[in-house]
Amino acid sequence: MSLSIGHFLGLGAILFALSVTGIFLNRKNLIVLLMAVELMLLAVNMNFVAFSHYLGDMHGQVFVFFILTVAAAESAIGLAILVLLFRNKSSINVEELNELKG
Amino acid sequence: MDYQTGFFYLFAIVLLFAAFRVITARNPVHAVLYLMLAFSQASGVWLILKAEFLGLTLVLVYLGAVMVLFLFVVMMLDIRMDALRTGFWKHAPIALILGGLVAAELAAVLWTGFSRLDAGLAGSGLPISGVQRSNTHELGVLLYTEYLYPIQAAAVILLVAMIAAIALTLRHRKDSKAINPSLQVHVRAEDRLVVIPMKAVAKPMTDSVVAEGSHGGSKT
Repeated sequence: MSLSIGHFLGLGAILFALSVTGIFLNRKNLIVLLMAVELMLLAVNMNFVAFSHYLGDMHGQVFVFFILTVAAAESAIGLAILVLLFRNKSSINVEELNELKG
Repeated sequence: MDYQTGFFYLFAIVLLFAAFRVITARNPVHAVLYLMLAFSQASGVWLILKAEFLGLTLVLVYLGAVMVLFLFVVMMLDIRMDALRTGFWKHAPIALILGGLVAAELAAVLWTGFSRLDAGLAGSGLPISGVQRSNTHELGVLLYTEYLYPIQAAAVILLVAMIAAIALTLRHRKDSKAINPSLQVHVRAEDRLVVIPMKAVAKPMTDSVVAEGSHGGSKT
């Protein structure tokens, strides 16, 4: 049994579903939420690389490159906001972040 | 079952186990470490897919930089996990239902949609142009010709992210006694020293001056 694209897409799908489950389970813990988002991006990247390989098209890998860039920027700013939040509220509980009235 | 398939299953099983531990770990440091394991396994899967450059980039950029950043932040913050873990299993049913729904939807699409890709192109791999070039070469050629402007935009995004992260976390201490070197070198003599023009005053020779002079003389 050789590898088919279904193997990789299935792996990406299971990973994405696990991350969605994780977001619901850890909905109070901001830092695990960020980690679950990183896992989701990894699942999407897995699909991009799998399609790029099986279609013989390099453009998918270029897209993965850009997704990695944006994910790195996102996590840097997210962690900066997290540090700022912890400095002001001494907590990273999502349910205590209710000061923004609107 | 060839060895590629065996390695794929090894990487996939460890990856899924690590992802499961990321979302259920009690200690956030353990969660970050399992996330690092997950990313390293994903890098192995990408190597199977002949995306060598991206696999190594994932190790260098993600394991080397982003995950260490996560680790720093997790260790820096004093997180009380028991408050955050309350009601962890309360939403487990809806979480499992939604996760299963996502998996089922994706499976329904994947099961039927892409089976003919394997028949036509399985094992063809990259590159299809006939010229045997490395994955890094192919990616570099694409990045610096067709995607030149997007890569500039990505560079600007990274710069903006860096400036934003610094600007967010920078704080000015009120009690700091540090000097400002710029102000210090711009100081002129007129700012510090005031010369008041006045006429010379001839002091009258009084007794006290004479007494002081004689006192000094006797001392020597």
